[in-house]
Amino acid sequence: MRHLLSAADLDRNQTTEILDLAEEMSLVQERPVKKLPALRGRTVVNLFFEDSTRTRSSFEIAGKWLSADVINISAKGSSVSKGESLRDTVLTVAAMGVDALVIRHHASGAPWQASRWIDAHVLNAGDGTHEHPTQALLDAFTIRRHFRRTVPDQVSFDGKTVAIVGDITHSRVARSNVLLLTTLGAQVILVAPPTLLPSGIESWPVLVCTDLDQVLPRADIVMMLRVQQERMSGGYFPTPREYTIGYGLTRPRLEAMKPGAAICHPGPMNRGLEISADAADAANSLILGQVAAGVSVRMSVLYELLGGSE
Amino acid sequence: MTELLIRGADLNGRGPSDLLIRNGRFVDPSDAGRDVDRLDADGLIALPGLVDLHTHLREPGREDAETVESGTLAAARGGFTAVLAMANTTPVTDTAEAAAHIAALGARDGYAEVVPVGAVSKGLDGIELAELGLMARCSAGVRVFSDDGHCVSDARLMRRALEYVRAFDGVIAQHAQDPQLAGEGACCHEGEISGKLGLSGWPPAAEAGIVARDVQIAELTRSRLHVCHVSCAETVDVIRWAKQRSINVTAEVAPHHLTLTTSEVLGYDPTYKVNPPLRPHEHVEVLREGLADGTIDAVATDHAPHARHDKEHAFADAAFGMLGLETALAVVIETMINSGLLSWSELANRMSIMPAHIARLSGQGQPLAVGEPANVVLVDPSARTVVDRDASASLSRNNPWHGRELPDPVVATIWAGRVTYQKS
Repeated sequence: MRHLLSAADLDRNQTTEILDLAEEMSLVQERPVKKLPALRGRTVVNLFFEDSTRTRSSFEIAGKWLSADVINISAKGSSVSKGESLRDTVLTVAAMGVDALVIRHHASGAPWQASRWIDAHVLNAGDGTHEHPTQALLDAFTIRRHFRRTVPDQVSFDGKTVAIVGDITHSRVARSNVLLLTTLGAQVILVAPPTLLPSGIESWPVLVCTDLDQVLPRADIVMMLRVQQERMSGGYFPTPREYTIGYGLTRPRLEAMKPGAAICHPGPMNRGLEISADAADAANSLILGQVAAGVSVRMSVLYELLGGSE
Repeated sequence: MTELLIRGADLNGRGPSDLLIRNGRFVDPSDAGRDVDRLDADGLIALPGLVDLHTHLREPGREDAETVESGTLAAARGGFTAVLAMANTTPVTDTAEAAAHIAALGARDGYAEVVPVGAVSKGLDGIELAELGLMARCSAGVRVFSDDGHCVSDARLMRRALEYVRAFDGVIAQHAQDPQLAGEGACCHEGEISGKLGLSGWPPAAEAGIVARDVQIAELTRSRLHVCHVSCAETVDVIRWAKQRSINVTAEVAPHHLTLTTSEVLGYDPTYKVNPPLRPHEHVEVLREGLADGTIDAVATDHAPHARHDKEHAFADAAFGMLGLETALAVVIETMINSGLLSWSELANRMSIMPAHIARLSGQGQPLAVGEPANVVLVDPSARTVVDRDASASLSRNNPWHGRELPDPVVATIWAGRVTYQKS
């Protein structure tokens, strides 16, 4: 694998391989000395054009536990306003001799463009409202672990239903999850008011529903998406109150969930808006597990990209 | 005075003849003197010099991207003998002085007639009318007014502008884009691809809605409205309806909208970022039909040069626009002539006669006939080439046709009797 730009870059075997390796990597986290020599001498740069403490530190820890040299570069404050083009920024960083570039950008597609300009491996750490493939991988990892509590060697998600609820239009988490969960065999149902469903969704390999209460009893996993601040004032729905009543995972809705179903949220959460505190902290909430999985999955991906090549 | 005798060109697709040029005009070819240059045009088609209603020359302000000289040289290579220079330069062409300056630059540096377009509103701000009458009255004689790049979205300002320019037979060329439906971030046709790529959508309704409003205002004010770069089927329907009601509306289509589709954007290459955006195939078909049946009156390039670094940002951050002058005729031949949708004389109508008429250019778009100004382009209908962006006369390289095989039609361009381009 040369780059990881999209969840669509991975077929079912590759995904399973990454998730299996992530399981092994997670064992490192339980050791007193959390370090593998696998990427010694390799340099990984986190090039972040947009703030993200969570994703950046997760990649940083993942690289460090694999013994790579990890450097963080914040290119925040759009390069356009600084007068430097994306190409210049990317070439400048690449010229320092990096092996992998982990890119987070506020504009969709930036990692694709970067991958055409440089030789280093490019890893998409979230581009605009497009994709966030490692988030989808860590979600899949967490969900698979949940399924394995009942079926210990569960590999595929065939026959499982995952509901993704919220702002689909602007969500890179949703796009990558639709691709990856579908690859793994799950039936994805997208739930949102019509104003937050992207155009052309009819062609996506998903079911679409505007009524959360119809979907809850059928879903094995309920993934709640964060409502971004700018959507609240953007006229996508009348008021936060109406959103919560229509699409929030409230306490009564917890009761309506399918027995054994679990809750995900990519974070950061707006408690009381899309997810109630009861849901966030429920016994069937996988949310903290998702955060822990982030490091294991990113170790696995970095190893897949850099481990084999010399 | 040297004369130029063009021998054996097929005049406007209607049979071979000779053309003799003296003192910038066509004269009787049997009247050739001794001191005559000859240009063998056997097998070539002679068309009236092309007129582009929509060119961005970038001078003054962004001479790193294009100048009047480089832009008109590109125009000459594309077969154009006149270009209308859009007003969104720095400073904006919103005064008589600014318009006269553009015309003077053209007279000094131009390889084609440079006709300034005046801004509709001061500084293109969409709030107050620019000095339309003074621009019309000055030496540049501005007749076409446009805030191109921005929509005149305020209906009252649009009404006043349309009313006001009626006094001097002016026309308002509208960049139709409802800023509420397609805001500044909108950069991709709204549909399957924008949703998949996570790019902000630009729906056809944002264009057709403004045009539907504007044709109503044009009817109300009995004024001339011109619609810039029609990109979608819905707008063609609105214009067809308005023309049936004898509303005074004309429209143009850009060559890229006649060929390229939204799927070009799949790789996030900002070369294909243009405003209005590339539309799906079904729109392209309707635009071709609209151009063929005359609902769309003219082809206009929307030639929009950009310095390389302004196109090397992330897609959403990169500049809008693509080059067009050198390839326009090739694209129209490929899409309209080679497909049988247009005849050569209809092509001359859409690329020379109508644009000259809309802009009220008396010396352009005239018949290739004795006494008329000698503006002519000689066309080889069968030559083809693979477009090389580095072979361009433009200072910019944002050429969406790079690497594609297209007709290579222009053999020579003659503007007012002067050979401004000749293929080597």
